Amino acid sequence: MRLRTLFVALTAALLSAATLASPARAQIEVDVNRGDIQPLPVAVPAFTGERGAEIAQVITSNLERSGLFRPIDPAAFIERDLDIRYQPRFAEWKTINAQGLVNGEVTVDATGRLTVNFRLWDVFSEQQLLGMQFTSTSENWRRVAHKISDAVYERLTGEKGYFDTRVVFVAESGGRVDRVKRLAIMDQDGANPSYLTDGSYIVMTPRFSSTSQEITYMALRPDGSSIYLFNLETGRREALGNFSGMVFAPRFSHDGSKVAFSVERGGNTDVHVMDLRSRSTSRLTSDPSIDTSPSFSPDGARITFNSDRGGSPQIYVMNADGSGAMRVSRGGGRYMTPVWSPTGEFIAFTKQAGGQFHIGVMRPDGSGERLLTTSYLDEGPTWAPNGRVLMFSRETPGGPSRLWSVDVTGRVVRPAPYPQSGSDPAWSPLLN
Amino acid sequence: MTTSTMTKRAAKFAIIALAAASLTACASRPKPEAVGPTPPPPPPPASQPGTPPPPVSQGALPGTQQDFVINVGDRVYFDFDSYSVRGDAAQILEAQAAWLNRYPAVMIRIEGNADERGTREYNLALGARRANAVRDFLVARGVSSSRINTVSYGKERPIDPGTSEDAYQRNRNAHTAITSGAN
Repeated sequence: MRLRTLFVALTAALLSAATLASPARAQIEVDVNRGDIQPLPVAVPAFTGERGAEIAQVITSNLERSGLFRPIDPAAFIERDLDIRYQPRFAEWKTINAQGLVNGEVTVDATGRLTVNFRLWDVFSEQQLLGMQFTSTSENWRRVAHKISDAVYERLTGEKGYFDTRVVFVAESGGRVDRVKRLAIMDQDGANPSYLTDGSYIVMTPRFSSTSQEITYMALRPDGSSIYLFNLETGRREALGNFSGMVFAPRFSHDGSKVAFSVERGGNTDVHVMDLRSRSTSRLTSDPSIDTSPSFSPDGARITFNSDRGGSPQIYVMNADGSGAMRVSRGGGRYMTPVWSPTGEFIAFTKQAGGQFHIGVMRPDGSGERLLTTSYLDEGPTWAPNGRVLMFSRETPGGPSRLWSVDVTGRVVRPAPYPQSGSDPAWSPLLN
Repeated sequence: MTTSTMTKRAAKFAIIALAAASLTACASRPKPEAVGPTPPPPPPPASQPGTPPPPVSQGALPGTQQDFVINVGDRVYFDFDSYSVRGDAAQILEAQAAWLNRYPAVMIRIEGNADERGTREYNLALGARRANAVRDFLVARGVSSSRINTVSYGKERPIDPGTSEDAYQRNRNAHTAITSGAN
């Protein structure tokens, strides 16, 4: 069964990424960095029925963008009258070397209810791998397409997908000296962008809760800064706390019960945490240095943060009560914005060295550092909920900031599907 | 009709006319002011005709925002990832302190800024350090801390859009903005 090749290759890649930490097995690193995963050729012909072509197109784009699949140009298809009720003519799909085939059918009933049936086939073993049905309102067809994409991705890679998600970010406009920054949100594929603030003040560093459709972000005005909670479902927005100095860098704990952030007083910046239920705040660091960009481990037991207590900005890990802070970044250069992966396996970061910026990952103990990108200015990684892809901001010299993404092996680096200027992306959890 | 009758009538008419005229005068004309002696004519121009007039120098009124910006300096600069007050900055800050002590009603906001070669969050903290370094300098020279607010714009408000070292240098600054109390 040829699809096994993909499972094996992916598993090998993930294992080797995971084992990079161990110097004794460093030879496996070569495999990953050579990028020897060949994207799997798949065919996604237009589904039959209303919106069928668009749904197939959304699935095709999702799979292609992941870098793990190579959709075949529909012009090459031989079988043109696929019917979900019958087996495909496998020989004709083998001829064009499609290893996976996704076909489907859309129906809309009198009440506007949309039903999509689809099947995923392993062409070379001539077996059905998935047969599923999704129903929703007809205007929700894009989400159905994302759910199908996730099902196909999960069946073929063995990992959860990340296509039925959204990204909150800062939409930028205006010149470099008078930039307008508005909070914005879009589907992960760039569809349905909309603004959440009006641009009359600066917003930055929005972050998604990993348990709800809630975000936290920072607003900066001439009279100071504040951090907010914003429920995307209810539209309710509230300021968190009332601090005399600057307050910034908010981020949820993975269970959504706390927000960690920085408070600056008299030039000294420390990490604080607020329990969202009781609204009680405690201060976690007290070093006379910059302590910022806190990020919880998925189990909530530890916090990684950025500190220059050793003379230059580096990455530290401490217990969630502020005890036991230890530096984990080891290489030369300046390390910033540590972000714990949803699986707990890695800390992603921004690194500044030799006049360049990088997005990289390391194990939480600082071992196994790998730089995934290099550019004039890369900054602020955010993890897709499956821990497989990172989105970040990239600026070219003098140019606008854009959203980019990179997979955790560093093989697939590409612009995110948002054609305008944006920064500070933050990935949502999978939608319900 | 005799001549005398004619004269009397004419005189009577003249008196009425006069009365009317004086009434009109009283209603519309202000009382004339005493006028002094006519001034002597100005001396003839000493220079050749066509020569431009002498220059008019202008300057900011003391105690105004313009006075502060032009004659004192409202911005000081920092080294990369540093918030120590350099020698060139100390000179300007001495002058800022002296000016602020002269105009005690003036309230200020010190805005810390960073160049783009750093992350957003770290640079917010760095800008705050710079704003506070300036604040501490001014307070040490007698400016009341109650007159000073600080804010950090991090790397969000560059004054130079360039990407050269010179541009980065200009963008690593603390700006003293007058918020109220200037003349």
